[in-house]
Amino acid sequence: MFVNFFLELRKAKVPASLREYLTLIEAMKAGVPAYRVEDFYYLSRSALVKDERNLDKFDRVFSQVFNGMEFMSDEVSAEIPEEWLRKLAEKFLTDEEKAQIEALGGFEKLMETLRKRLEEQQGRHQGGNKWIGTAGTSPFGAYGYNPEGVRIGQDKSRHRRAVKVWDKREYKNLDDTVELGTRNIKVALRRLRQFAREGAEMELDMPGTIKSTANNAGYLDLKLQPERHNKVKVLILFDVGGSMDDHIRATEELFSAVRTEFKHMEYFYFHNCVYEKLWKDNRRRHTEFVPTWQVLNTYARDYKLIFVGDATMSPYEISYPGGSVEHWNEEPGQLWVQRLLEHWPKAAWLNPVQEKYWNYTPSVQLVRQLMTDRMFPLTLEGLERAMRELSR
Amino acid sequence: MKFQGTDSYVATADLKVAVNAAITLQRPLLVKGEPGTGKTILAYEIAKALGRELITWHVKSTTKAQQGLYEYDAVSRLRDSQLGDARVHDIRNYIVKGKLWEAFTSPGHPILLIDEIDKADIEFPNDLLLELDRMEFFVYETGETVKAEQRPIVIITSNNEKELPDAFLRRCFFHYIRFPDRETMQSIVEVHFPKIQQELVREALTVFYDVRETPGLKKKPSTSELLDWLKLLMHEDLPLDVLKSRDTNKLIPPLAGALLKNEQDVHLFERLAFIAKRERN
Ligand SMILES: Nc1ncnc2c1ncn2[C@@H]1O[C@H](COP(=O)(O)OP(=O)(O)OP(=O)(O)O)[C@@H](O)[C@H]1O
Ligand SMILES: [Mg+2]
Repeated sequence: MFVNFFLELRKAKVPASLREYLTLIEAMKAGVPAYRVEDFYYLSRSALVKDERNLDKFDRVFSQVFNGMEFMSDEVSAEIPEEWLRKLAEKFLTDEEKAQIEALGGFEKLMETLRKRLEEQQGRHQGGNKWIGTAGTSPFGAYGYNPEGVRIGQDKSRHRRAVKVWDKREYKNLDDTVELGTRNIKVALRRLRQFAREGAEMELDMPGTIKSTANNAGYLDLKLQPERHNKVKVLILFDVGGSMDDHIRATEELFSAVRTEFKHMEYFYFHNCVYEKLWKDNRRRHTEFVPTWQVLNTYARDYKLIFVGDATMSPYEISYPGGSVEHWNEEPGQLWVQRLLEHWPKAAWLNPVQEKYWNYTPSVQLVRQLMTDRMFPLTLEGLERAMRELSR
Repeated sequence: MKFQGTDSYVATADLKVAVNAAITLQRPLLVKGEPGTGKTILAYEIAKALGRELITWHVKSTTKAQQGLYEYDAVSRLRDSQLGDARVHDIRNYIVKGKLWEAFTSPGHPILLIDEIDKADIEFPNDLLLELDRMEFFVYETGETVKAEQRPIVIITSNNEKELPDAFLRRCFFHYIRFPDRETMQSIVEVHFPKIQQELVREALTVFYDVRETPGLKKKPSTSELLDWLKLLMHEDLPLDVLKSRDTNKLIPPLAGALLKNEQDVHLFERLAFIAKRERN
């Protein structure tokens, strides 16, 4: 009876399986949830979502499927004047987002973002408990969003009614497609650690050997197991300063914490793009630097190269001699990037800027091309992709 | 037989539904959440509420799935054979029962807690799939099958150190303990300190959530830290207005002891509080 709900979950990339769906039905039959919508919500969540990162997606789908169906006739929608929308935008968007939107080309884009926002907000004022009977037939047009113009349901009633649990979106920050924050940085660390463990050598498993030797009537039977330490060697190049300031703490924290995990981990800084000099101490960057050639000659080809940077700069800084904002560079940055990539074929670029904005910045596209698409967002999911790329 | 929380444990509505689903359908319940949000204690409370025995299996990085079933102590047997001990002829003497075996055969329909499953090897959960599904396993050394008469209630906790395999996840109910909101936290505090002064709780919670909000903390204080801190505050009889005034010089020592355990975090907090004060003045 909830097939539609199940399908919508799958569509929204919540990986619920048929087995779990059947478990849910079984639990319904066994009378686990009392006859309250909330209990059904809790039960289905517990049966169908096994990863907190998907809880927010689940909430959104639940809201979509079960909120707005029987209030269709009550729906009051109106064409909204642009001025009013601007005001609304102020309420829904953070300062940062507004600035971003300005940078992206103003109101057109803003409308689009807002439209998405509203989509999420829809149906909030609706409720009721006829959900069981109508669940299979949920019409998705039921909430008053019309993609042609911006129309939304009457705003007032939303405040009058209590917000539904699933509409509170309490698990929003657990979705790993958002940038790294203090909460998920720990999880990110663990991901990196797993990566560090890969490629470990085998070592003698003493208890295993004793046991199987004893089993073997005293004949020596050696057992091996993977060594706990790792062999992965990494060279990390951090972009510092300028537009990276906002991200630097998170990324540094991440990598400094993971340092002890790697047997070989080296890092250097650069600014915007790599040129002939790199440095280790950002305060003394002008006096104590290391020639990039030296770095190239020091670390063997089996190091994995990780760039961390927003790749946000003027395209000249990448493609022209003398394009650097800080000094006169004889050779263009891209030549240096290519040299590094030739020397260390296993490489990835981690970008703290959200992936959806990459296409708006020409320099990001340039760098991405240089990296032959091995640019990944600095999100948990992005890190995972990057690690997979590096360990291929 | 439904779990409703206990007088020493505050169970939110969603947690109750998840626990009861696991009990009713006899499937394991996987519990995740920030450290100190009551994952481990939950199993104790369920056992208490249902009047059942609790068997705990605390998983470490070296724990193997097989150890939960049984271990064959070949070394002792080898030694006994050297000493000419007659026990050596019966292999049964060297089979050491694991926690699953115990849980399957205990007469009281027990609760089995598998704590911190993510600490073990990635293969660990996979190795237990069949045993948890069928609640039976085979002992090769003796040729016997150990089968649960009554399926124990299995509670599994994870701190997210590793991803758990999908096949394993599909067999469990799942509950993520969200960090308690203020209201829930107040109930938790009351459960632990029934006689605590309301005003102290109010002020302390305000400070506590403020501290948690501090951007950049390495380790956010959790429920257990809050409880420790409150105990300290009550013990020291700290005048309430210290909490109210947010005077960090006075606030930092008791904070540092219980809430902020990391030196860098203490510095960070001091710095932020200093800025806040300067802005106010
Ligand atoms: N809902 C609750 N009701 C009552 N006490 C609670 C609750 N949640 C947490 N506590 C208290 O917090 C303390 C920490 O709980 P517990 O050790 O179970 O946390 P945990 O989630 O297992 O932490 P860790 O991840 O560090 O193992 C316990 O002493 C418990 O008394
Ligand atoms: Mg615990």
